[in-house]
Amino acid sequence: MRREVPLIITGIVGITLIISYFIPHTPFNLLQDLFTDWYQIVAAFAIILGILNLLRISLDKVYKKKKGWFFGLVVVLSFFFIVIPGFFFSGGRGFQNPGTPFFWIYFYIYIPLMSTMFALLAFFVASASYRAFRARNKEATMLLLAAFFVMLGRVPIGYYLSSWLPESYQLATVADWIMNFPQTAGQRAIMIGIALGIVSSSLRVILGLERAYIGGE
Amino acid sequence: MKFFDRLLAIDRRIIFLFVIIAVTLPLFSKATLHIEVSPMVKAVYDAVDNLPPGSKVLVSFDYDPASAPELQPMALSFFRHCFSKDLKVVIIGLWPQGPVQANIALEDVFRDPEIKAKNLKYGVDYVNLGYMAGNEVVIQSMGSNIHTTFPADYTGNRTSELPLMKGIKNFDNIDFIYNLSAGYPGTMEWVQFAVDRFQAKLGAGNTAVQAPGMYPYIPEQLVGVLGGMKGGAEYEIIAKRPARAVSYMLSQGVSHAVIIFFIIIGNLAFFVTRGKKKTS
Repeated sequence: MRREVPLIITGIVGITLIISYFIPHTPFNLLQDLFTDWYQIVAAFAIILGILNLLRISLDKVYKKKKGWFFGLVVVLSFFFIVIPGFFFSGGRGFQNPGTPFFWIYFYIYIPLMSTMFALLAFFVASASYRAFRARNKEATMLLLAAFFVMLGRVPIGYYLSSWLPESYQLATVADWIMNFPQTAGQRAIMIGIALGIVSSSLRVILGLERAYIGGE
Repeated sequence: MKFFDRLLAIDRRIIFLFVIIAVTLPLFSKATLHIEVSPMVKAVYDAVDNLPPGSKVLVSFDYDPASAPELQPMALSFFRHCFSKDLKVVIIGLWPQGPVQANIALEDVFRDPEIKAKNLKYGVDYVNLGYMAGNEVVIQSMGSNIHTTFPADYTGNRTSELPLMKGIKNFDNIDFIYNLSAGYPGTMEWVQFAVDRFQAKLGAGNTAVQAPGMYPYIPEQLVGVLGGMKGGAEYEIIAKRPARAVSYMLSQGVSHAVIIFFIIIGNLAFFVTRGKKKTS
């Protein structure tokens, strides 16, 4: 039963939602609304479950002094550091308003931390580009040339470097051409492939052939 | 030849040093740069500019502070454009941090004397419905009824009691949707659910990494896209209000040039040392 019930629910919901896409009338539209409501409720509970799970794992790590326990302690302390002011000292539902303690933590601690983490990417991209972007073969050379034109063509420096050339040969024009034609064609091919893959795997899930999501093989 | 061998094994900290100089030094410069407005950005601008006063615009903030340097300038210039055109703005977020980013942007925009003079009122001229869990299913649900999807705004006011929301039931009552996205859920989900399913009109601002993935949707499913900081700068230029994104462009340009410089010398060293290895 532990396996069959989720499979039956998935099958019924999946088939109903497919039908409601093509026949958006009663009763399918009502069922669709009902299922989307349920999904949102389940998603909200999943967030709470995720938070509790993270706390449980982190606390367990700290309690048993497992490897990396200090980072677990940071997770737990950070969690309470933002949750307690948010829940109890930030004016209830308006906790996201500028001026509240929650907003202060968000603005002066969370944003700089996130920005710092993301900014590190610039350094790693530069270092990785230097080491990995080599014209080792035909394909790599094409990729390299495309990157060269797009990177320069997308910034004002590209304009200054090539403004003396006829417009169709300027870096910005070449970059736009690469983005609009070869890039878009490649993206379309990838997207069509992904879409077909999603359709087939979704059908497998709806028909109960794919059971990995409930712990099956 | 030893020089090129050394160049290939260059310490990454030297590269880091060049990058930090390339990023920070131009920030102190007040140089004005030539920024060409691309057709994709112009299309988004025109779509908003052509809306009559009082039109309803839905803005979905689907990003977190990590992507704010790219997307926050887009939010600012878009809000400024909407409010200067007397459009009504409905804000939501499919990312938990989105509505807070929207509040930060609103706070910035309201400092503008031109916008301040309009004396905009919450609930009448703009609302923030907050974050809702459920990713693309939230979009699907909004297509049926926004009031049941968001029963209350982010401060707990009942959505049905907000004057602005009284005339809005679903996407049929929204004239334009603008999505600021840094990943999933984001623009792709808005295209698939709001546009394909409910024929909504959509424009987007994306991170530079994500923007190329949206090109196949333009112009049928997506009016246009602002890609990265350059897209934000273009919007500021076309709106004749150069601001944050324009001022960051020099920094971005120099850092791109530094990365390209390293790629060129890396390849030069690679070919020279490879030639030597072949000969030996």
